[in-house]
Amino acid sequence: MNKPIQPTYTLDKVGEENFALNLGPQHPGTHGVLRVILHMDGEYILKADPVLGYGHRMQEKIAENMTYPQTLPYVSRMDYLGALSYNLAWVLAVEKLCQFEVPERAEAIRVITTELNRISSHLLWWGAFLLDLGGFTPFLQALTDRERILDILEEITGSRLTYCYFRFGGLPSDVDEEWLTKILDFIKKFRTRLPRYHDLVTGNVIFQHRSKDVGVILPFDAAGYGLSGPILRGSGIGFDVRKHEPYSGYDRYDFEIPVDQNGDCLGRYNVRMAEIEQSLRIIEQAIGSIPEGPVRSKVPKLIKAPEGEVAVAVETPRGQLVIYIVSEGGKKPYRVKYRVPSFANLSIFAKMAKGQLLADALAILGSLDMVIPEVDR
Amino acid sequence: MMECCYIKEVVKGFFSLCTGMRVTMGNVLTRPTTVQWPRESAPLPDRFRGHIMLLADDATGYPKCIACTSCARNCPSQCITVTGKKPEGAKKKMADRFELDFTKCSLCGLCVEICPVGALDFSRDYALASYSRNDFNSMDLLQELGSPF
Repeated sequence: MNKPIQPTYTLDKVGEENFALNLGPQHPGTHGVLRVILHMDGEYILKADPVLGYGHRMQEKIAENMTYPQTLPYVSRMDYLGALSYNLAWVLAVEKLCQFEVPERAEAIRVITTELNRISSHLLWWGAFLLDLGGFTPFLQALTDRERILDILEEITGSRLTYCYFRFGGLPSDVDEEWLTKILDFIKKFRTRLPRYHDLVTGNVIFQHRSKDVGVILPFDAAGYGLSGPILRGSGIGFDVRKHEPYSGYDRYDFEIPVDQNGDCLGRYNVRMAEIEQSLRIIEQAIGSIPEGPVRSKVPKLIKAPEGEVAVAVETPRGQLVIYIVSEGGKKPYRVKYRVPSFANLSIFAKMAKGQLLADALAILGSLDMVIPEVDR
Repeated sequence: MMECCYIKEVVKGFFSLCTGMRVTMGNVLTRPTTVQWPRESAPLPDRFRGHIMLLADDATGYPKCIACTSCARNCPSQCITVTGKKPEGAKKKMADRFELDFTKCSLCGLCVEICPVGALDFSRDYALASYSRNDFNSMDLLQELGSPF
């Protein structure tokens, strides 16, 4: 006879109002296959246990068995909302390892596309976060604008979500003036639509009550848990890889790093909304000062990396991504490590959810902007 | 004093809801932003990446592919199978079997880029759906081209 399956959790406290609640793995609020075991006392959470690994695909191990170009399409499958940042991190790491040159025009186009991708990611987060809070209209508003960005990116990269556009030493194809003016038109139109977002949501009294002073992260905790991206900046620490360790020519552009001192859901919201505006500024500057020239430098067709190790940090829409490659020479890396932002950002959820209402825990989870395949990778 | 603040907040909250409703109402009279598929379809960009296809040589109508298998070797998911042989009297090899396992393909385009003779390109098929996976796990790309064999 088969043994009965034992539950993987035991309740710390047993009473009439105590029970375990499974949030996920299939729950719209977790935005993916994340399971959180919530130990409840009525409506209040006593303990939250995230269970990870439903989407584990051995990305790091796969990368060890692939040549450097073959890993390129795989990295964008980790964070499907900010795929170009992942593409960028991989090409930057290999370029640093093999010491390939990148033409300035290619760098500018990389910045334009990555920032467009960041805006589209933040727009989807904006819609999904408010969907978690119970508002359906914002989702449709955000997707209307996001669609325009996807159209622009599809025209140049050929795909709409999991891009594979950057190559070692530059880009596979150049862009034309028409495409650049299309972006400028989009920015102009989007700037007129952005105030609507604030009218619809930011000033809304229900949204303010749901997000203000909910899920406060102190700067000390934010740094201690290794958080990064808008969550870290929403807690008052203005760290951004684009500013502090500039890559791909970010030091040429003038932009600010939005910081909010409150550390609550509203603070993280404000940071992301301000980041959209800063991204628009970066794109405008990059288009204005785009140099002429080739988009791809001379790179051998068969890439053989020298012996050595290299680490590259990139600011994705969700935070700091570090790709670490150890090479023993040859066509394949010896070891690849991805330090993904969502994994670290999720680690603080258990601490934040303690003592909160269930509805507030969902607001916190939404404000963390999780991409679960990135956590599990 | 306390009550005064409360009433102020209620009035402020009411107006914030009105501002939000104004945005929503503004959309009532606009046209739908969605494309009404299948009655109309969105335009495909030039660089659209559908499944790969073989290009024919304009002069002969035979595939350009020389069966060097560099696409198969460079594919991250090993979804291409190519074999080739020399047609009678010819100097170069030609593909006699070119199969794509589209269920594995991630449309990265490394095969198209690596091809030394430019024999591969992306097709513009996108409405691909079927009841059976057998329709896609060994797509014969040579089918629509002429063959010397």
